Amino acid sequence: MAPFDYIEIKVPAKAQYVGVARLTISGLASRLGFTYDEIEDLKIASSEAITNAVRHAYDEDEEGEIVVGCALYEDKLEIMVADHGQSFNFEETKKQVGPYTETESDVQLLREGGLGLYLMETLMDDVKVHHEKGVTVFMTKYLGRERGEADVKQTAYS
Amino acid sequence: MNLQVDVQEKDCVHVFRIVGEIDAFTAPTLKERLDQVADQPQCQAVLDFSEVDYMDSTGLGVFVAFYKRVKAVDGSVKIVGLNKRLKRLFEITGLDDIVEIEMESRDVNGTV
Repeated sequence: MAPFDYIEIKVPAKAQYVGVARLTISGLASRLGFTYDEIEDLKIASSEAITNAVRHAYDEDEEGEIVVGCALYEDKLEIMVADHGQSFNFEETKKQVGPYTETESDVQLLREGGLGLYLMETLMDDVKVHHEKGVTVFMTKYLGRERGEADVKQTAYS
Repeated sequence: MNLQVDVQEKDCVHVFRIVGEIDAFTAPTLKERLDQVADQPQCQAVLDFSEVDYMDSTGLGVFVAFYKRVKAVDGSVKIVGLNKRLKRLFEITGLDDIVEIEMESRDVNGTV
């Protein structure tokens, strides 16, 4: 297991903090040496995950908190966004987040997330969704892997 | 992390100059401004994105809703000043096939 630095921030589930979390992630990605374009991808993907969490909290009519965990490796950045406000053991939660499959709850989430989830999957190298005790989104971006046109197999409207 | 929207009307064309970041927090501001003209018969709108630093799906959502409403009253929407990043966002979501996008020559390198 490669050593990594772990940074966790917790913000109220309110839209005005999406940008704050986005700036934090942008700063961490810059530290790791991601390119300008990669950092922009990370900013959008993480904002989509956090925005979904904010919307979910509003739907449930609760004043929740969102936890954003970032694990910085030499060759990748892992980001975990949970909408249940509980800090997590990054390694343990990571094990529980299964591969993304089209189960009923995932389809529901896909509908709720809509374009947001599509963008996350397009802009990141790997996205997993865990739906238990709230929604946890786990995504990975590797250093030095430009996302080319081949990754955009179809558009959201096709 | 703020958004400013200035509207100017010239020859029945509403030109929206959008400045800042469009995300979950600021998208309602943009929606509010666009709503003011969206239902005017044959509404003609130009959205200038040249000073938009950031946009995600919340901004695209506002835009798509506006576009549908304008089309419903036989109006038109044109987008100008997209930088390389924003253009990519329109491309990967397929929106570039739907809406008229005018690239500005001064922005060929994606740097405004």
